[in-house]
Amino acid sequence: MAFRLYTRLVALSTAVLIFAGGLVTSTGSGLSVPDWPNTYGHFMFTFPLDKMVGGIRFEHSHRLIASTVGFLILVLAVWLWRAEPRAWVRRLGYIALAAVITQGILGGITVLWYLPEPISIAHASLAQIVFCLTTAIALVTSRGWTHRTTALPSDDDVLRKLTIVTTGWIYVQVLIGATMRHTDAGLAIPDFPLAFGHLIPPHWDPKIAIHFAHRVGALVTSLLIVATAGHVFYHHRGRGELVRPVVLLLALLTAQVTLGAYTVLTEKHYIINSLHVVTGASVLVTSLVLALRAHRSRFASVDGFGGSAVEGTAIRRNQPHAAVVGGPSVPNRPGARA
Amino acid sequence: MRSPFVRVITGCAVGLALVAGACSKEEPPPTQSAVVANPVDPATAGTITGVVKLDGKAPAAQSITMDSDPYCEKQPKNATESVVVGSDSTLQNVFVYVKDGLGNRVFPVPASAVVLDQKGCRYVPHVLGIQVGQTLEILSSDDTLHNVHAIPQQNREFNMAHQLAGIKHTHVFSTKEVMIPFKCDVHKWMNAFVGVLDHPFYAVTTGNGRFELKGLPPGTYTVEAWHEKLGTQTQTVTIGDKQTSDISFTFKS
Repeated sequence: MAFRLYTRLVALSTAVLIFAGGLVTSTGSGLSVPDWPNTYGHFMFTFPLDKMVGGIRFEHSHRLIASTVGFLILVLAVWLWRAEPRAWVRRLGYIALAAVITQGILGGITVLWYLPEPISIAHASLAQIVFCLTTAIALVTSRGWTHRTTALPSDDDVLRKLTIVTTGWIYVQVLIGATMRHTDAGLAIPDFPLAFGHLIPPHWDPKIAIHFAHRVGALVTSLLIVATAGHVFYHHRGRGELVRPVVLLLALLTAQVTLGAYTVLTEKHYIINSLHVVTGASVLVTSLVLALRAHRSRFASVDGFGGSAVEGTAIRRNQPHAAVVGGPSVPNRPGARA
Repeated sequence: MRSPFVRVITGCAVGLALVAGACSKEEPPPTQSAVVANPVDPATAGTITGVVKLDGKAPAAQSITMDSDPYCEKQPKNATESVVVGSDSTLQNVFVYVKDGLGNRVFPVPASAVVLDQKGCRYVPHVLGIQVGQTLEILSSDDTLHNVHAIPQQNREFNMAHQLAGIKHTHVFSTKEVMIPFKCDVHKWMNAFVGVLDHPFYAVTTGNGRFELKGLPPGTYTVEAWHEKLGTQTQTVTIGDKQTSDISFTFKS
């Protein structure tokens, strides 16, 4: 129980970190602390709070939150290493740890090299991957995933493909958004929903092209999500584990499009802008949850509890390692650290 | 077999080492040259003087909100400095310089430093000129944190921390460049512009909009006036022996 709560805390903290990162770029504070990993010569954790003024509030807070999330993911990876019998889940923990450390290094490089666009975009893009990893870990160690007492549903090949395409596309859309953000193209088209009063911009430059690509990407994302939702509602109305993320996805999509419009109309108000960033990340991970659940029966064999569609295949809970460290309730594995 | 943690930590340590190595590269400042080729003869040197004016309605001055820092909030309230218009529509903070016409003359680099101060959560002065190889002394008179972030196109970008009042950093530019924006990322309203030239014939207009370029050898010059919001204007000016030529620039609002 404690482990499951912890995985959710880690995933939530990653979302908070993305919001804090959004605040840094939205307020143009990325270089307000010129040094790294120190802050104005102070060890990061001893920097005086009363010195957190102006842009330093955003940048230094982001660093503190990032360090906290990094530590939480380190603990998560160790916990998985010690207690998780499924090798692929343990690997997810290692990858998350490597990703968050790389993310920290990218954050440092982007400060020391004065926000080079490729590094800043990579930093923003990897943040989404870290969020996906922590969310995936929270999902596959959840009780709903590891402790099934009902039959796994039969495969729906269409849903699987649809959710993969949708999730992949949302990530592409996030990358376009990150590119728009870090190339200062957020207001390249100053009106909404039209572009300079037209459906298609009457003139072009690289920034307008990036901005317009993000708008077209939003349209494609909306169509894919609506198509996925329609498929789930029509074919899987009784499956709560699919309906719930779809409903959430539709709600987040509505919020995200609204925030995108307001980002333009408020000339990139920093709160609106940052909410747009974290809501986009939430759309991505919700779609990922849906995709993983659509592939649930495929995981049955690698989870090592009975192949596909086995009724009553609750994963055994009373494992020695789980009892010792409060780890996830999954089958024993050879050599699991107790 | 090494544990996955050892592998992760090793990989990240290598990454950090690469970052540290890459970040330690620092360009050495150019050596100050005392060479003077084709020195100007003071007996024949002339002067270009003039005034810069604004044609049209001056934009309303906007007061700066400095409440993101308690120290700055206590400082005297001031308006933005992007367009400062004096009486008789004269324009302040215009960088006027000889853009072309000096040929291959090489001028001595002044030994004295040019000072850019951070005072009252503003840069003082807002616009300044300096020669290639001359020392720029960046001070902080403020009892708060500032960062000094120069964003040149031709010279090396830098971003330095100023933690304490009285702290001083120096910098030397290696290439001529008009203009280099400076900003403080801590305090969004703080910005300045530095013009870097390979000669001493530049000036910044004061409250009366006037400028003076002294000690020019006789010849024909392209003179440019640069303003941060209103753009640039150029004029061709010819001066003879010991002649003073008076010109004017007018920017449209």
